[in-house]
This record gives sequence, structure tokens and C-alpha cells, in this order.
Amino acid sequence: MKNKVKHLKSKATEIRKLIIKMLTRAKSGHPGGSLSSTDIISCLYFDVIRHDPKNPKWPGRDRFHLSKGHCCPALYAALALNGYFSDKELMTLRKLGSMLQGHPDTVTPGIEVASGSLGQGLSVALGMAIGAKLDKADWRTYCLMGDGEIQEGNIWEAAMAAAHFKLDNLCGVLDYNHFQIDGRVEDIMNLEPITNKWESFGWHVIQCDGHNIEELLDAFSKAASIKQKPTIIIAQTVKGKGVSFMEHVADFHGRAPSPEEEKIALKELSDIDEDEKNIQ
Amino acid sequence: MEAQYARDVYGKTLVELGKKHNNIVVFDADLSGSTRTSFFRKEFPERFFNFGVAEQNMVASAAGLASCGKIVFVSTFAMFATARALDQVRNSVCLNKANVKIVATHGGITVGEDGASHQALEDINLFRAIPNMQIIVPADGPEAREAVITAYNTPGPFYIRLGRSKIPSLENRGEFVLGKGVCLENGKDIAIVACGIMVQQALEATAALKKEGVNATVVNMASLKPIDSELIIAVAKKCNKLIVCEEHQVTGGLYSAVCEVLAQSYPVRIDRIGVENQFGQSGSPKELMEFYGLTANFIVEKAKKLLR
Repeated sequence: MKNKVKHLKSKATEIRKLIIKMLTRAKSGHPGGSLSSTDIISCLYFDVIRHDPKNPKWPGRDRFHLSKGHCCPALYAALALNGYFSDKELMTLRKLGSMLQGHPDTVTPGIEVASGSLGQGLSVALGMAIGAKLDKADWRTYCLMGDGEIQEGNIWEAAMAAAHFKLDNLCGVLDYNHFQIDGRVEDIMNLEPITNKWESFGWHVIQCDGHNIEELLDAFSKAASIKQKPTIIIAQTVKGKGVSFMEHVADFHGRAPSPEEEKIALKELSDIDEDEKNIQ
Repeated sequence: MEAQYARDVYGKTLVELGKKHNNIVVFDADLSGSTRTSFFRKEFPERFFNFGVAEQNMVASAAGLASCGKIVFVSTFAMFATARALDQVRNSVCLNKANVKIVATHGGITVGEDGASHQALEDINLFRAIPNMQIIVPADGPEAREAVITAYNTPGPFYIRLGRSKIPSLENRGEFVLGKGVCLENGKDIAIVACGIMVQQALEATAALKKEGVNATVVNMASLKPIDSELIIAVAKKCNKLIVCEEHQVTGGLYSAVCEVLAQSYPVRIDRIGVENQFGQSGSPKELMEFYGLTANFIVEKAKKLLR
């Protein structure tokens, strides 16, 4: 377990560095939410989900759908590190003709369904979960949502339906970083009491620290054991996690780092990596 | 000419397809009795999902399920399948080229007494602009069956628009082929291009015009997207005057589609029969057809005007 956690932490740091590099080169994109969701994505892509990067369409694979599509740099980095495509592709993000579009698209190996228009992803994921049930297959579906995103009414239509259809093979994850473009979620459109909302919609709710690998792995494992209802993991996160000047800053929701900011950010992330290596 | 509900035909065709193919799944949003997906539900309850009154969720879920290799038929009223779920249709269905077949009933003004809120008159306009979407407006029950089977057999998203009321079956309609129109009359004086229930009106208008010595061509253009550009240009060259008839706003539907083809390739004089930038209202289908100028009489008048 200790080695696994260490491995996932180091993968998360690799992803964070790639996010910074990709976005600096792209000169646009969404660092804040990409960094807040990185540990969740690291756990999923390097441990939790069953997949075969050499055979992305393997029918028995677990499905992952990034409903908060704007945070695709984190996903693209995880896919490249898994070998879905060459990591050279990462630096083509958002460029004309690139396989890495500004929001997820099926031109990218490993992307199941396009996303980007917020609020639809939980529905897409519940459709996938129905697919597994119809085929009596045991693969699971994971859907990562943003906190601002769940202000969309479509999310709550999907929440109602997933519970109604008893989709226990569906696991939602909420990247609750408390910031959206215009400011603090609590100020823009409050989501609280968030646990009660999901519970009253018929979901099993697990709370965890979205940057604590042990807690995340535990949450995913518990989610898989819940029967007859879908589970949502409400992961408390920090927007811009890992880069001091991006943390808790709404401005970095949708602004790319400058080359100077990139240097500082990469240095900070390397320091984190060193610290982790020294903790034995 | 036996009249029948195209939606009855749809329900029966779904059952027919469901018996042959295990990969068909049907979604409805609390209107399965009206859309006739209830026929499928009774035969294959395990492959039918009622999403309640939540069309956006239904449509996006269909895209997710289609990504697992299923062919998903999604039904509700035309108003809600198109306008309500437009973003989901664009971004979850069409962008992914998902095998989602939206078969909507209660399209057009002939919804009747329910009035403006339920009379979809912009649906074709909304969907025609979306890449990858294929659109069929069948002219009668048997054509609805052929359209549904075509949608099953052809990859990608479809929109099939059916009406609420009974429609007579056309004689010598020919076979439906995606991307092809069919000439039902072959006169040389004027061409009438129509879809849906307006094909019947066009034929009645043609019969009336014949008595006055005017010979019209009538094209059933059930395939709106892809549209049969070749045939449109051919009849324009032959007749030099066109009238396009549709149970839809005159912006963005069949009239616009025909104009787009001819403006680029062979401009001719062209007039239209459709709803002129206004909402519908309550009334019987027959009254509404008269009120909004959608009957054979109006086609005859416009034809004469164009020929003067």
C-alpha cells in the first residue's frame, strides 16, 4: 500500500508538471481545475480503473467520463503517461489539427465521448452504466464533475435517474475546489448542503480529501461495494493544487501560466517531488 | 387510401426491429403512450427506459449508451426532443456521431388543440444546422416505417419527424431512399417540393391545377438532410418555377434547404408555403391548416401567381 501511494503521488506530480507545460505552450486553458482534479485522475488511471492502453476499445474496460471537460489537460497527461499516445502529442494541445482538443473529443485515443458543455456528463455516464447492466458486464463507469458544473439542472435529472435505475455500477466524483470562473462557489451559487442533496436524490455519499491518495483509494474501494444505488465521492480539493500562486485563485480557472510563471511552478512541483522521495 | 397514425407504424416497426436485433434500446420521456414506444416496452421491457419528464438527461444518456455499441431510439414530442434538448443533441449526440435515433411525434401545427407551446415549427431548423445530423420527414405511415428501418441501418444520428394526426397513405410513393427525393407527378409548368403531410396537399393542388391546364411536378422530399440537390436542380431546370411546402416555419426548413441548393447552382423563381414567422394556437388540425395557409387551395393560388 505504501509503495502504491508513493507511486500514485509521483504520477500526480508528473501530471501536474505536464499540465503546466502544456498550458504554457497552448497559451490558454484551465490550470486551476486541472490541478485540483489531478490526484483523483492519478488514482483512477494508475490504479482504480481496468483498462488496456494498447487496446483502448477493449469491451471489458471500465469507463471514465470527464464531465468537467475543461480539465482535460490532466486527463491527457494521464493518458499519455499510460501510453495511449506519445507524450510528444501533449505539447500540441489546442493547436490546429491536434488530437488534443481544447475540450475532450473522440479523436483522442482513450476518450470515450466528447464533453465540454457542462452538465451533460453524468447523463452520458449513466447511459454507459445502463449499457453494462444490459450486457450483464461487470465493468464500472466513473464520472468526474466540477462543483460549478453541478449548478446545471441536467446534473440533477441524471442524479434522479441513476438512483431510480439503481445503477450501483456508476461512481460520480465531485472535484469540490470551491471556485468557479466568477469567484467562490458559495458566493456565485451555493451548493450546500451538498451531502444532503445527493443523499436525498438516492445516492450513497462518501466524503474525502481529494488530495489524500489513501482516502481516495479507500473511497473508490468502498464505492464499488455499495449495491443497489450509485455512489458519489465528494472530494474536497484545492483549486490550483501544487502551485502556490495558483492555489485558491479564481483567476487561474481559465488563464494559462506565462513562461515566467511556468518556471516557478515547475520548480515548486520538483521540490514537492524531492520532498516525497525523501520521506521514506 | 387508408389513413393511419405514423406513430402507430413507428411503434410496430420498433417491435419488428427489436425482434430481429438485440442491440436496440428505446428511451422515452413520459410520453410512451403517445409516441407508441409503449409497443416496444410491452414486448421488451428490459430494453426500454422511461426517463420521466427529463429530455436533456434522456438524450445525453442515449449518447452514453450508444458509445457502448447500442442503437438507441429516443422518443418524445418534437418540441421537447429538439428545443429542450438541443445542447445535448449537438454536443453529446452529433459531435460524437452517436447512434442515437430521435424519432419525435407531434411535429408541426397539426398537433392541434394543445396550442403554440406544443406545436414544433422550428425543429427542422434547429437540427438542420448541426453537422452529422440526418433528417427525415416521412409523408405517410409506410414511409415512416422505411425511414425508421433506414435510421437503424445507417450509422450516426437521425431525426425523424412524425405528426400527431392520422395521414392517408400515398399511392405510387415509391421507396424511401436516404438522400433521394421522389417525383410523384411529372408536369413541366411548375414544380412543387414538399415533405410530410404537405405532400398530400401538393398532390391535391396538382389535381386542381390540372383542371386549369397547368401541369405540375411534385417532389416528395422526405430526406431533408442529406437533401437531393441533383433532383432539385433537375426540376428547377425543367420547370423554372418552384413552390416549397412544409408544415414548419419558412425559415430554416425545407424551403431554406431548397433555396440554398438553387441559390448556389441554378437560381429560379421560388415561393413558399409554410408558417410565416408566427406561433401557432389552439384549434383543430384542419382549422389550423386553413388559418396558417397550409392547404392545397393556397398552393394553387401561389402557383397561379407564380405563373402569371
